[in-house]
Amino acid sequence: MTIDTEPTLLAVTDLVVDFGAGAVVDRVSFVMQPGDRVGIIGESGSGKTLTALSVVGLAPDSASVTGSVRWHGQELLGRSDRELSRLRGEAIAMVFQNPMTSLNPVMRVGRQIAEPLRLHHGLSRSAAGAAAVELCRRVGLPDPAHAARAYPHQLSGGQRQRVGIAIALACRPALLITDEPTTALDVTVQAEVLALLHDLIEERDAALLFITHDVALVSGITDHLLVMRKGTIVEEGPTAQLVAAPQHPYTAQLIAAARATALEDA
Amino acid sequence: MNATRAFGRIVWRTWPGRLGIVFVGMMVLAALVSLVWTPYDATRVVPSDKWLPLSTTHWFGTDGAGKDLFSQVLVGARTTLFVALLSSAIAALVGLTLGIVSAVTPRHTGEAIAHLIDILIALPTLILALVLVAALEGSLWTVSLAIGFGSGVVLARVVRAEVARVLTHDYVLAATAAGSSTWRTVWRHILPNIAPIVIVQLSLVAALAVLAEASLSYLGLTPISTPSWGRMLEGLQQSASVHPWAIVFPGLAVVLATLGFNLLGDGLREAIDPRLHTRVATPSLAFNATIERQAER
Amino acid sequence: MIEAAEATNHDAPLLRAEGIRRDFPLPRTTLFGPRPVRRALRGVDLTLKVGGSVGIVGESGSGKSTLVRILLGLDRATAGTVTFRGRPIAPGRRRDLQWFRREAQIVLQDPLSSLDPRLRVASIIAEPLRCLAVDEDHDARIDEVLTAVGLEPDMRDRYPHEFSGGQQQRIAIARAIAPRPAVLVGDEPVSSLDVSVRAQILDLLGRLAAEHDLSLILVSHDLGVVRYLCEDVLVLHDGAVAESGRAEDVLGRPQAEYTRQLVAAVPRLPRPTVASSEY
Repeated sequence: MTIDTEPTLLAVTDLVVDFGAGAVVDRVSFVMQPGDRVGIIGESGSGKTLTALSVVGLAPDSASVTGSVRWHGQELLGRSDRELSRLRGEAIAMVFQNPMTSLNPVMRVGRQIAEPLRLHHGLSRSAAGAAAVELCRRVGLPDPAHAARAYPHQLSGGQRQRVGIAIALACRPALLITDEPTTALDVTVQAEVLALLHDLIEERDAALLFITHDVALVSGITDHLLVMRKGTIVEEGPTAQLVAAPQHPYTAQLIAAARATALEDA
Repeated sequence: MNATRAFGRIVWRTWPGRLGIVFVGMMVLAALVSLVWTPYDATRVVPSDKWLPLSTTHWFGTDGAGKDLFSQVLVGARTTLFVALLSSAIAALVGLTLGIVSAVTPRHTGEAIAHLIDILIALPTLILALVLVAALEGSLWTVSLAIGFGSGVVLARVVRAEVARVLTHDYVLAATAAGSSTWRTVWRHILPNIAPIVIVQLSLVAALAVLAEASLSYLGLTPISTPSWGRMLEGLQQSASVHPWAIVFPGLAVVLATLGFNLLGDGLREAIDPRLHTRVATPSLAFNATIERQAER
Repeated sequence: MIEAAEATNHDAPLLRAEGIRRDFPLPRTTLFGPRPVRRALRGVDLTLKVGGSVGIVGESGSGKSTLVRILLGLDRATAGTVTFRGRPIAPGRRRDLQWFRREAQIVLQDPLSSLDPRLRVASIIAEPLRCLAVDEDHDARIDEVLTAVGLEPDMRDRYPHEFSGGQQQRIAIARAIAPRPAVLVGDEPVSSLDVSVRAQILDLLGRLAAEHDLSLILVSHDLGVVRYLCEDVLVLHDGAVAESGRAEDVLGRPQAEYTRQLVAAVPRLPRPTVASSEY
């Protein structure tokens, strides 16, 4: 068993997720170093979301997850929910797609942002509250003190997603996993939220695992790209290179389809 | 229809569903059999045969008037089944009509009807039944009417919510765009899609009806000529300390029938929910589809 | 008569909306005084030529879904008129609008939700034929449209959930073209579909429009999709038209400030290089 100072951040080896009707994630392997920006791109049914969820042990109970997921050398698969929950929100954080359902509708957003701080860093309520307001400011919410006291339904979709990002980054995680974080947002809002994500990750030196179906989005924010199809990785490589000159026929087809309905390159 | 048969198979696979089908099935069988044959005439009084224990000639024994208990239970099943089915039918009629009308008509009328439903729900069913039975003659029809109406208004509220949910689906809009009239849309699209939930609710109405009928006939409010489990309970109760075994049979019958309908309802409910989600090809698709639909609303 | 004259003149607009306003009353904030309103549409004009294709783009809250409903007579405008070949359209008794329903059909965004899960494909496609009392052999027409959208006629006996998203959308398109409408309206018809399927469905729509003399109205938040399929575009912002004109002009060289912001916000793909495998 390796010591906890293993440099490699995340090492996924031969991950298999099966619901009993065939593997939905079929022997997926990839490695992430601290600060890496990796994108997983695929269509519906490719298994990209399940891969991400399995990393933090959030795959549905009915799924059997086998293989190896090592965090700083420590195996995560098979760990109890209690042990994993110490990691979640603190070392590894997730931002989900739908800001309407990923926030608690009856809790003020400031309190939701403060929660991971109180849970993992043991901050007092007032200290966490102050930190939450500061985070609201950092994610660009207008009038942060007021915003922190708002309920989710009083905020717009873009603002809710900013809150989601604030919650995720509150404890300065080493890895941020985002699953289609901007799909439900308007295009102009999407651009702002992406810019925010980009800045925050730079600032906090966090690694990013960005899951999406949108080729153009992923080209802007990731350095390394994995293309998934029907549970397997069909191609991987540096993002810019892959998108500009895909080698695998499926990747080529995917990018060609994206180009067909894209606006002209800037 | 293959959908119904597949559905039935799923219900059978769940334990509640299986037990529910078995218990209710036994009751239906008893009722049907009693139409053509009972070991003895259930109403035949044979004073010399009173309080006979279980035997091969009297499977459940006899009561204080020498009437065969098994035959009485069989015939009682008929009464219970009749009330259960009739109540469910009336509940369905009342519930569907009120619920659909309140959900489909324009805002102010719809809301007015919804408020009416709420007021009617406040009427306690059993008391209504007592009042009706006292006012009209106490027949199985009045009992069923009371139970059916009381449960129907509760069902109406469920129906209203379900119809409102179905109305948000695009196929309703598509039907209107294709020229369908409101009532045609209700008949072709809304009813079939709320059917599962309504059927679950109706099974619970049936359970309630079994208990209500037993209670009312126990209280002597149903005609004496109709043998029923409730009457049996009332008759056997007085001698229960001396002859405890006899009362077990009608009691057990009521319990099994009520339990049966309740379990059937549970099984149906389990069968409905996962099916809605396993319709789609892969888990990811279901994920994305539901999430995107929510996002776009 | 007016209709005949308008129909033969290809330059006369097929569908025309003028000065459309739609206000939605909001819950009261004070007991007395006027009720607050939300102005979903504030004076929108739209013209669709015969054989033309108009894209309506806008973000959420721009009013594009409201506009589409009004164009189809599924909602009543607070002010303004909508005419089809000169005849006014306004929601009213179903019977009064049947003539228009035959002429304009819609394809909705979520194929899973727009197809009744309890009906077979044949019944789904037959619905407009039956409701609009279309006078031809329904079965033959069903087979015809299924083939036209690239599906097998023997798929008519299956249920919607047995198909993929792209195929379901094809079924929805088949249903829409079955009564031989003159106008096909798509409300985000490809937004729920995978990227690789999008271009196929858009191509299908384009092909059907050309073959069957259909005019298209496409509503989308995706500028690229509108650019791909539509000749003209209408950019909606907060219930008003920010800019309109030919798609390649408006989206390629936007004049209005809002359009510029919108176009600039769309993420771009890096240019392709020569060394790639065959597309």
